[in-house]
Amino acid sequence: MTTKKGIIIGGIAIIVAAFAYLLYGGLDKNIVYFLTPHELLAKGTKAVDVPVRLGGQVKPGSVKWNDTTLALHFIVTDGTSEIAVDSKGAPPQMFRDGMGVVVEGRYGANGTFNCTSLMVKHSNEYRPPKPGESVQEMQKTLIKGASS
Amino acid sequence: MQSVNGLVGHGALLLALPFIALGIIAVPVAVNRGRRDWLEIGYGAVYANFALMSAAALAMISALVTHDFSVSYVAQVGSRETPLFYTIISLWGALEGSILFWAWVLSFYGMTVVALNKSRAGNLVPYAAMTLLCISLFFSILLVGPANPFHVVSPVPQNGPGPNPLLQNHILMAVHPPLLYLGYVGMSVPFAFAVGAVLSGEAENNDWIKVSRTWTMASWGFLSAAIIAGMWWSYEVLGWGGYWAWDPVENASFLPWLTATAFLHSAMVQERRGMLRVWNLNLVVGTFVLTILGTFLTRSGIISSVHAFTTGTIGYYFLAFITIVLVTGGVIVAGSSDKLRSKGKLDSAASRETVFLLNNLFLTAFMLTVLVGTLFPLVAEAMRGVKVSVGGPFFNRMSLPIIAALLFLMGVGPALPWKVASKAELRSKLIPPTAGALVLAAAALIAGIHDPYGILVFAFVGYAATANFREFSIGAAVRRRAHGESWPTAFLRLVEGNRRRYGGYIAHFGVFFVALGIAMSSTLRTEREATLQRGMTMQIAGRTLRLQDIWGREEPQRQVVGATLEIMNGNRVTGTLEPRMNFYRTQQEPVPTPDVRSGVLGDLYLNLMAFRPDGSNATIRAIYQPLVPWIWFGGGVVVFGAIVAGWPTARRRRVPAVVPVPAPPKPPAREPEYAA
Repeated sequence: MTTKKGIIIGGIAIIVAAFAYLLYGGLDKNIVYFLTPHELLAKGTKAVDVPVRLGGQVKPGSVKWNDTTLALHFIVTDGTSEIAVDSKGAPPQMFRDGMGVVVEGRYGANGTFNCTSLMVKHSNEYRPPKPGESVQEMQKTLIKGASS
Repeated sequence: MQSVNGLVGHGALLLALPFIALGIIAVPVAVNRGRRDWLEIGYGAVYANFALMSAAALAMISALVTHDFSVSYVAQVGSRETPLFYTIISLWGALEGSILFWAWVLSFYGMTVVALNKSRAGNLVPYAAMTLLCISLFFSILLVGPANPFHVVSPVPQNGPGPNPLLQNHILMAVHPPLLYLGYVGMSVPFAFAVGAVLSGEAENNDWIKVSRTWTMASWGFLSAAIIAGMWWSYEVLGWGGYWAWDPVENASFLPWLTATAFLHSAMVQERRGMLRVWNLNLVVGTFVLTILGTFLTRSGIISSVHAFTTGTIGYYFLAFITIVLVTGGVIVAGSSDKLRSKGKLDSAASRETVFLLNNLFLTAFMLTVLVGTLFPLVAEAMRGVKVSVGGPFFNRMSLPIIAALLFLMGVGPALPWKVASKAELRSKLIPPTAGALVLAAAALIAGIHDPYGILVFAFVGYAATANFREFSIGAAVRRRAHGESWPTAFLRLVEGNRRRYGGYIAHFGVFFVALGIAMSSTLRTEREATLQRGMTMQIAGRTLRLQDIWGREEPQRQVVGATLEIMNGNRVTGTLEPRMNFYRTQQEPVPTPDVRSGVLGDLYLNLMAFRPDGSNATIRAIYQPLVPWIWFGGGVVVFGAIVAGWPTARRRRVPAVVPVPAPPKPPAREPEYAA
C-alpha cells in the first residue's frame, strides 16, 4: 500500500516537474522586454534581433508617412537617446509629435527598429482634452464638405 | 448639499453594514445554541442586504438618468450628451459602479440561495448563507470606503465627461459586463456551500456537491456567454480584427472558467463513484479565488491593458481579502481531507473516470499556464525591476497541445462506460470516430491549412464530434426500437431522460464550433492595407472593394468620420461597408468602428485607418477571416447546452392550490440538529 502511494506521489512529482520545466522554457523564450531607447542602446548587440517593446515619445518633426506606399518612419526618444523606427501601415489617426508610443518589433543591426505593431500609449485614466487639443476643429472641413 | 439620490444610496450602503454583521453573528448563535429565532434573524439579514443593495443600485441609476452631478460617480462617468441607453449601462462602466453592481448581484444570489434552500435539513444552508454574507461584507466595506460611488461633489458640475468612449461605442457593452458579473459572482455560491459543508460537518455527503454543481452550471453558462461576448466586443470595437489577445483581463475571465469546467466534470465522478472529494473542494475554492483575483487584476489597475481603465487604492483591500479567502480555503480543505478519503477506487485505466481525471489534469495545467503567464510580468517587475510582457507566442505554444488533448478526450470520454470498458467495447466505440477525424483532417488540408496544430485540431474535432453524435444517434435508435418513436421524438425524449448528460454533449458541440472557428480564422487570415481615393479599388480574398465616399457627421456626443466602400463581384455590387472613426469630445484618440460583413464561411472586416482631413483619400485595412461567425455560434450552442443540462427540474410534488395543505406541526427533521 505504501509503495503504491509512493509510486503515485512520485508520478505526480515527475508530471509537475516536467510541466514546470515546460512552463519555464516557454516563458524564457517568449518574454518581451519593455525598454526605452536609452536602455536598448545600452544593451548593445544583445538587443539586436530579439523581440522588444520600445517605449518613448515620438520626436517632434520626425514623422514621415507616405500614404501610397504606406511606409511610416519616425523617431522614438526618451530625452537622452533616440531610435529610428521603420513601420508599415497607417499611423493611428491622432499620431502626433511628442505623444507616447509603444512599438513592438526588433532592433536591426543597421540601427533602425523594425516595427511589427504600433500602440499609442493611452493613459489608463482618460482625461478630457486640454484647450488646443480638441479634435473638433480637425474634421470640420470634412463635415462641411459632406454636407454642402 | 446631498441630493435625494445620494442620500438614499449612501444611506442604504451604510445601513447594510450592521445588517450584514448581525446576520454573520446570528448564524453561529442559531446553530450552537439551537436558537431557531436567531436563524430567522440571519436569513432576514440576507433579505435586508438585497433590499438595501437594490435601493443603492436604483438610486445610482436614478442619479445617472437624471444627470445628478452632485453624486461623484455620475460626475465621473455621466454626461448630458450621452444617449440614455449608455447612461444607464454606465452603472458598470467604471470602478465604483461595477463594485456596486457586483454587491447587488451577490445580494440577489444570497437571497435566492436562502429562498430556494432554507427548508433543507441540517446546517449546510445557514453556514452557506453566513459565508455569502461574509463576502457581501467585504464588498460593502469597499462601497463605503475606497469605492464609494456616492461622494458629494461640491460645487455641483454642470456636465460630466461621459463614459469611457470605448465602452459607449458598442451595444455589446450592455451584454458582456453583466454576463461576466453574473458568472463571476455566481461562483461565490458553490464556495459558500463548500465552506458551509465543512463548517456544518456535512462535507461527507453529496448534498453540497449537488447544489454546488447546479450553481456552477448556471454561473459557468453566464461566464461562457460573457467570454464569447467579450471576444465579440473586442472584434467589433478594437479594430485589429482579432478576438483574443491573451490580454490579462481576458485571461482573468478565462481562469475561473477553466477550473469551473474541471469541476463540472469531476463532480460527476464524486456523485457516481465517491472519488475526488478533496479535489472537488479544491476546485470550488480555487474557482472562487480566481474570480476575486480576476476582479483584483481588472479593477486595481495593477496590469495596464485596454480594459483596466481604473486605478486606486482598492488593490490593497483585494489583496487582504484574497489572503483571507486563501487561508480559509486552506484551512477547510486541510481540516476535512481526512474525513473525505475516497470511497471508490479506479477500477481500470479504460473507464470514463480515467478520462475525467485526465480532463481535470489538462484543464488544471491550462489554468496554471495562463495564470503563470498573466502574473509573470508582475512578479518580474516586483522582484527584478524589469518591465516585461509575456506575448501571445508563449500562450499559444503552451496551450495548443493542451487544447488538442482536451478535444481528443471529449471524443473518448462519452464513449467509455463508468468503471471498466471491455476490449470489444473499446473497439466498437473508439474506432468509428476515426473516420470523422480523417474526414475533417482532409477538409482542413483542402481548405489550405498547413499548420500542424490546425490540422490536429480539425482531426480531433472530427473524432470527438463523431463520438458525441453517436451518443445521440445510438441512444435515439434504441428508443425507436423500444418505443416505436419517430426520430425527432426519440431524440427529444432521449435528451429529456438525462438532460445533464446530453446537455453536456450539446455544450461539447458548441466547443467544436468554437475550435474550428479559431483554427480556421487564425491560420487562414488575409490582410491588405491601401490608401484609396474616391473610385479607386483594392482586392482582398477574391473580392474587389471600391471606395465610394468619405464623409463626416456631427452627433451630440461625438463626431463621426466614415468611408463607404462597395463590395464588388465582377461588375456587380454585392454590398456596402462603412468603417468609421468616432471622435468623442472627451478623448483625444478616436475610437475605431470597423464594419464587418459576416457570411457562413467567413467575415470581411474593414477598418478605417486614416484619412486626409480634406476628404481626398482614406487608408483602409481589409481583413478576410474564414469561419469567425462559427465562434459566436458555437458560444451560443455552449450556452444552450448549459441551459439544457442545468435547468432546474420541475418539482415532482406539486400540491394543487385549492387543496388545503395540512401544515405539519413541526418538521421533525429540523429539531434534533438545533438541539445538538
